[in-house]
Amino acid sequence: MNIEISNLQFTYPSGVQALFGVSLNINAGEQVAIVGQNGAGKTTLVKHLNGLLQPTSGHVRIEDWDTKEHSVSKMAHRVGYVFQNPDEQLFSKNVGLEVAFGPKNLGYTSEQIQALVKDALGMTELSDKTETNPYDLSPTWRKMVAIASIIAMATPIVIFDEPTTGQDAANIARIANVVKVLRERGKTVITITHDIDFCAENFERVIAMSQGKILLDGKANDVLGQAETLATTFVDPPQLTRLGKRLGLEQTVRNQAEFLAALKK
Amino acid sequence: MAIIDLQNVTYKYPLTDAPALKSVNLQVHEGEFVAVIGPNGAGKSTLCYTIAGFVPHFFKGELTGSVEVAGSESSKSNLHEWVLNVGLAFQNPFNQISGAKYTVFEEIAFGLENIGVPREEMKSRVEDALKLTGISDLADRSPYSLSGGQQQRVALTSILVMHPKVLVLDEPTSQMDPIGTREVFGVIRKLSEQGMTVVMVEHKVEWIAEFADKVVALHDGSVLLEGNPQAVLTSDLLTDKGFGISRYTSAARKAKELGMWKKDKLPVTLDEAVEGFSLTPNPSPQRRGE
Repeated sequence: MNIEISNLQFTYPSGVQALFGVSLNINAGEQVAIVGQNGAGKTTLVKHLNGLLQPTSGHVRIEDWDTKEHSVSKMAHRVGYVFQNPDEQLFSKNVGLEVAFGPKNLGYTSEQIQALVKDALGMTELSDKTETNPYDLSPTWRKMVAIASIIAMATPIVIFDEPTTGQDAANIARIANVVKVLRERGKTVITITHDIDFCAENFERVIAMSQGKILLDGKANDVLGQAETLATTFVDPPQLTRLGKRLGLEQTVRNQAEFLAALKK
Repeated sequence: MAIIDLQNVTYKYPLTDAPALKSVNLQVHEGEFVAVIGPNGAGKSTLCYTIAGFVPHFFKGELTGSVEVAGSESSKSNLHEWVLNVGLAFQNPFNQISGAKYTVFEEIAFGLENIGVPREEMKSRVEDALKLTGISDLADRSPYSLSGGQQQRVALTSILVMHPKVLVLDEPTSQMDPIGTREVFGVIRKLSEQGMTVVMVEHKVEWIAEFADKVVALHDGSVLLEGNPQAVLTSDLLTDKGFGISRYTSAARKAKELGMWKKDKLPVTLDEAVEGFSLTPNPSPQRRGE
């Protein structure tokens, strides 16, 4: 399912304008990271994709559905959104019920729900925690429950809002694996992140936002190499990209394999 | 003399079997900037709560050993006295923001109101604190209308305004943009140089290495390693136990296996990495100026 955003403007009821004419296409199956300074409009933008926010002007279309013409509950068939803060999302008394809630509401049969829940719990390494109350889990695992409950909805488009915030190395690796599995299944994945190394290692396309507009959009290496432009939206290039530049390597590198290969030359 | 002195501290939350902290000893001197690292579940937040007096005064549970901060002994004190010396910024700013105030300015004044600071002094302290963390332009906004990273700056500012002797920060930059993160580390470094003692839980190893005086690595409720950032952050023990390490360290470790890193010490910071990799005969050691 293709995403088409045309000339999107959005002003909050308080009068604060957050988006100033964003136009953007994302094709089915793309893996896109959105980076940029706090308050750049990243979360505001992605909340338009499932209709949680409605454009003040402009349009957001998910394939043939204009978000203005469909309810949030209908948009949920196409777009899954994992909140930044899992505590805003979780409410069931155990992990199994929490993860089953989404597919149940999308009208899947009980057999389908069982299979979807099993798959989502497996992917997030939660299979041994189905009976646990989400609030008895550490914030790390609560984050995985929030992710699993969206994965289980099997939407063609999955959005993660800052998935790695406050996570340790092991959990970041788990989340990277979830992104990889979704990519292999042909899903569209859109991730907001400040973790620029995570972005560099897991996403092919990077969009940098600044003050409610798109500043840069392109292949990860092209975008992440532009240190000066990124600095205007408070983003540093990834560690190894910066190191490569300082060492005078010819091409922009963004992960360990690329860095070591370029160093050998 | 240490301003924070934890002797053999073991702590269990109510209704749990396993202790969250096990025989922890930690001494921090006045004006020191200590970073605490560790995988999730290592006891980092519990350590913050202990220094800030929330453990055991708010959370209850079972604490043995002794906790002394700024000259008072935790077991003989209460939370009201404690907050005059120690400030804690929570991991999740949503949990810290009072919900009782309409603007950022009032939110930051909240703590001062509660300790009875005169109105004029309160106003100037709030203005100074807003300037320090670079959020003067948010003063009239509602705390709830802000982005995650902006809320986090508000949460931090509302602690700094209290002028605590000891500042405890639980992942204060987790939702901040990268350059904002570096700025906040810089502000905290400056405060520590002015004499404020800082204990900061963080995952962002690169900035810990640049800014902190000392690193404490917690694992499974115990102190695994403690020492200068370079030594702790390049220890092989960290990778084995699931700690995050800097990309410079992991790239150099791999390069060492391949014979492309000639130094004994592995790098943690960009400068250390540039210096070390420039020693390899290939590529040209020519640096681009920054």
